[in-house]
Amino acid sequence: MVQGNGAMPTVLADYANNRFKVPRRAFVEPAVFQAEYERIFEKCWLYLAHASELAANGAFLTRIVARRNILFTRDAAGKHHALLNTCPHRGAVVCREKKGKAKSFQCMYHGWVFDSDGHLKSQPGQDSYCAGFNADGSADLVPVPRLARRGDFFFISFDRNVQALDDYLGAAGEYLDLVSLQSERGMAIVGGTQEYAIRANWKLLSENSIDGYHAVTTHATYLDYLKNTNGSLTNVALDGTARDLGNGHAVVEYKAPWGRPIAQWIPMWGESGRTEIAEIERKLVERLGPERADRLAHYNRNLLVFPNLVVNDIMAITVRTFYPTAPDYMQVNAWALAPKEESEWARKYRLYNFLEFLGPGGFATPDDVEALEQCQRGYQSMKEAEWNDISKGMSKEKPSYDDETQIRAFWKQWQSRMSPAMAAE
Amino acid sequence: MMSAPTRSEIEDFLFLEAELLDEWRLQDWLALYTDDARYLVPPTDVAADAEPETNLFYIADDRFRMNERVARLSKRMAHAESPRSKTRHLVSNVRIKEVHDNEVKVSAAFVTYRTKDGVTDSFVGNYKYLLTRSDAGWKIREKRCVLDLDGLRPQGRISILL
Repeated sequence: MVQGNGAMPTVLADYANNRFKVPRRAFVEPAVFQAEYERIFEKCWLYLAHASELAANGAFLTRIVARRNILFTRDAAGKHHALLNTCPHRGAVVCREKKGKAKSFQCMYHGWVFDSDGHLKSQPGQDSYCAGFNADGSADLVPVPRLARRGDFFFISFDRNVQALDDYLGAAGEYLDLVSLQSERGMAIVGGTQEYAIRANWKLLSENSIDGYHAVTTHATYLDYLKNTNGSLTNVALDGTARDLGNGHAVVEYKAPWGRPIAQWIPMWGESGRTEIAEIERKLVERLGPERADRLAHYNRNLLVFPNLVVNDIMAITVRTFYPTAPDYMQVNAWALAPKEESEWARKYRLYNFLEFLGPGGFATPDDVEALEQCQRGYQSMKEAEWNDISKGMSKEKPSYDDETQIRAFWKQWQSRMSPAMAAE
Repeated sequence: MMSAPTRSEIEDFLFLEAELLDEWRLQDWLALYTDDARYLVPPTDVAADAEPETNLFYIADDRFRMNERVARLSKRMAHAESPRSKTRHLVSNVRIKEVHDNEVKVSAAFVTYRTKDGVTDSFVGNYKYLLTRSDAGWKIREKRCVLDLDGLRPQGRISILL
């Protein structure tokens, strides 16, 4: 099937023959990139921040979400506000700090001052403005149209009419809850953000983050490292399933031989580590019962919340989100999430686990970055070599973690949002 | 007490390290480090002296992981550096900050260029070294690379040794 010039590229889903193909144009064309902002990033719920990042009343952070600078505040009464960080007067970015505590925010250009809920508090030369100048609130910081939370995960949407967050998340919400359940006192983002970029289309990272198929080749040297490092593996086999969670969300859930701070011991952690991990698991069983405790402790989950939130609960927990600034360039932010009550010992191993594998200085992520960039290079041949193949495991009743059901879930949603008439199902 | 080292003596040592890295003589590079050495690259949104036990770093290698990093980089399947990139480590503004018994703290500015597939990226920052002198000469006990960047954009990865 040749795709028409000018039309949005279309996913080819041939269920009769178990073939699923994605046009490479979707990764390259500026028109697709523009349409993705209009139809996906400005329509979906997008991850903003974790509640722990604003730990006290008066705390704030700023963050780029879908190209917009967002000021996220917790006011003196503890209420959260997501504001567009642009002065209603002339547009300058009002808060130029990444995070901190503040009662008010002053624009550096003409000195307008805003409360942490965004209301205009004062401006120099107030007597030159007519009475009731801001009676309609048009001189306040503009709030993001929608802000909602699932547990401690805050999301925003630029679409006032977006469906309720819980409905949007559907079954994926339960997987976010599973992450929150790991702690009695709550989970928290650890200090330090891994901020990087990849010279590739953003959808390649949505795919890659839940792709169980690539590990053996892309991450051969990381697996070697684990194998060669005395005591870094248990005899648990890599095995599990993939699920399409609906609405483009997907998860792979599997057992793996590596250590998990909650809660799978590896010999390298020694006898004191064994005691500590056993105690963590015992408390989980006590709190949640043996079945859920086993799932939390011994199963890994790579979760994609459409379009671009990844929560991977693997040898550590990473929260990762990414936005394109061009068809062939994305900016990535990644954080480590951990239980507040975690011991120093467990925290240390969690962070070491994280950075050995994850992140741009680790033993694995640089090879993912390389793979994604090489794909993007390959797409220069898209006129002759048109298609990506995402058919693995299509005929299976119970797809494995290393099949591609979960990646098809992403693409089906992408398709239905980009051109609803051409939905892949 | 040792006699205070001269800046040119320290510079020679740091320039040797840079040369070994640019020539990909990674085993020789490892030999410059003590058995209890650390090689650290903190993220760019924490204090320069933050610790990796409580903050998420880009790199926090003890000597064991340094060995593994070098072993990995020597493999064909280390895709990000296979084929290898070209690098140039420039070391400048070398300052001896403190001298204690047989240890010195050294600060130096660096720019490291990495070229691969027609793209040249630069890493700019400050090296904070803890050097120790024995009969065998200078060794590095700690190297902390504090990046003067806002994240790794556009570099995307630290697959080379900084």
